[in-house]
Amino acid sequence: MKLNRRTFIGTTAALAAAMSAPAVMGQGKPRVVIIGGGAGGATAARYIAQDSAGAIDVTLIEPQTTYYTCFFSNLYLGGFKEISDLGHSYAKLASDFGINVIHDMAAGVDRTAKTVTLAGGGTVAYDKLIVSPGIDFVDGSVPGWSLDAQDKMPHAYKGGTQVELLKAQIMAMPAGGVFAMVAPPNPYRCPPGPYERISMVGHLLKVNNPTAKILLVDPKEKYSKQALFEEGWEKHYPGMIERIGPDFGASNVSVDPAAMTVTIDGTVEKVDACNVIPAQKAGMIAAAAGLTDGNWAPVNPGDMSSKMDPDVYVLGDATNQGDMPKSGFSANSQAKVCANTVRGALTGSRVFPAKYSNTCWSLIAPNDGVKVGAAYEPTDEKIASVSSFISQTGEDAALRQATYEESEGWYTGITTDMFG
Amino acid sequence: MIRSTLALTCLLGLWAGLSQAAPLGDPEAGKEVYKSCKGCHEVGEGAGNGVGPHLNFVFGRKAAGLEDFRYSKSLERAGVAGLEWHADTLDAYIEDPRGFASGTRMSFRGLKDPQDRANVIAYLRLYSDNPANIPEADPTARMSEYTVDAALLAIDGDREYGQYLSGECKACHLSDGADGIPSIVYWPEDDFKVALYAYKSGQRLHPVMQMIASRLGDEEIAALAAYFENPE
Repeated sequence: MKLNRRTFIGTTAALAAAMSAPAVMGQGKPRVVIIGGGAGGATAARYIAQDSAGAIDVTLIEPQTTYYTCFFSNLYLGGFKEISDLGHSYAKLASDFGINVIHDMAAGVDRTAKTVTLAGGGTVAYDKLIVSPGIDFVDGSVPGWSLDAQDKMPHAYKGGTQVELLKAQIMAMPAGGVFAMVAPPNPYRCPPGPYERISMVGHLLKVNNPTAKILLVDPKEKYSKQALFEEGWEKHYPGMIERIGPDFGASNVSVDPAAMTVTIDGTVEKVDACNVIPAQKAGMIAAAAGLTDGNWAPVNPGDMSSKMDPDVYVLGDATNQGDMPKSGFSANSQAKVCANTVRGALTGSRVFPAKYSNTCWSLIAPNDGVKVGAAYEPTDEKIASVSSFISQTGEDAALRQATYEESEGWYTGITTDMFG
Repeated sequence: MIRSTLALTCLLGLWAGLSQAAPLGDPEAGKEVYKSCKGCHEVGEGAGNGVGPHLNFVFGRKAAGLEDFRYSKSLERAGVAGLEWHADTLDAYIEDPRGFASGTRMSFRGLKDPQDRANVIAYLRLYSDNPANIPEADPTARMSEYTVDAALLAIDGDREYGQYLSGECKACHLSDGADGIPSIVYWPEDDFKVALYAYKSGQRLHPVMQMIASRLGDEEIAALAAYFENPE
């Protein structure tokens, strides 16, 4: 049996207490604090704690006690997953890996004193800080929409309750009603995500409200896996989906959540449910900690360290790193490189060269899965793509089904990798 | 420990099955051999069912898997039990149809020459899919044909480096496997190396794995093989 931190603490607790050992043991033990318990933060916490076998004190700060993944939330919209399938507990990170999980919001970072301030009061000191806060939305990017309107027009782009709300609103649409999505400008979390969502809403409506229409208002000229989605929509949802691109005014869009209208280049459309996915920026703590330049936090491509502070690392969607898409897979990949570097810096363990990778699977219709992926390595300027692949149009049903099944395997794999 | 042993046994069984697949034949020669099949089985564009089921997309198809063809009970039972047509199962079936499925209605005495069988299977494969569409775990991926230089197999991998590199694998591969993605723990070191080199060279087909393997150097492949042979 492998000796882990839990068994060590468990078997020596009495002795340790008698000798007041924790104070002695704690002295000089390096401290890593991680803000954000998603694909970047949870993975980094787990790998640092597991691989250092108790030599590093690891604290994870995450407000939610159950983490609902944003990845696969579209499959909940389509009816292929229950919301409970997407919820994950931090219990094993605490019990099996000895991570100190604090369910609170990080309110600020003092990089001189090297402390994190918690919204609930108190501070946590660090030697190395890892910030993995995900995204927040750019104020005013869709005129008429603000966070105050998120109950009327959900963004549904951070997983959990917002996604449940959006699904309830779609299910409540009148027969033949209109669902609209305002898609985000680049760069944003999960490049194929809005289009997989259109597919899943298409499926939901095909089953429950087959005369309903989908209006996709998209400020971008082109988008991820476009040929695959267009082929799939034509095949599975013919006549249901209309995409309005920038050439037809989609770069000039506003919404009125009270009136439930979307105005595209002066033309007012009445809609029955509306998903506004605004322009995005790094989760707010990144800016509060002074780690951002513009909307994102620049990092060094070799180890994910912040360009603003060598003792701080930033992971995942919040970063500006180069070619990697903002995805859970990318954040998980970056976290492992970061964990190896941080552990090396604090304990002298071996540090290996950075290798990153990403694969994004999307479901277009039942058993019709596609994927895109790439491998990445650091250059002096950025994390650069070194090889890539994408599913092809015209693939047969068996391959598409295998791709979907593979995506389910990946979901189980990555969530186990993150949460133990 | 019991679980580890079981996993190892299963994997070795699977691996042995794969590596014993016959070498890929010559489809041109197979077209000649197929003349003795085509009285009953159509294949190619517009093929439909005749006396026997059509053979388009037969690779990966469940036995008795066409809905609009009436099969023997014998093959239906085999399909329910999980039999799928791949190079190895097709090879066994056409060698001795009645020996393989006693109740089959295929009144064909069988092809005794292994080369004839390999050739006709290669011919059928042309109509099964574009080869990229045949799943990577399928024996038609022909990994058995792939040989790795003994000098590469002899490289002693750096386990600690392998443990670091394994992080990339663990984003998808669970230790006990998951839907659609196999377990890769406790593989014999050489088999692990052969698999990665086969992906790297494009002989084994799977886009994610080809991408991952494409940038692994010899030392890295050896390191991963050393780690995964016994990841505890």
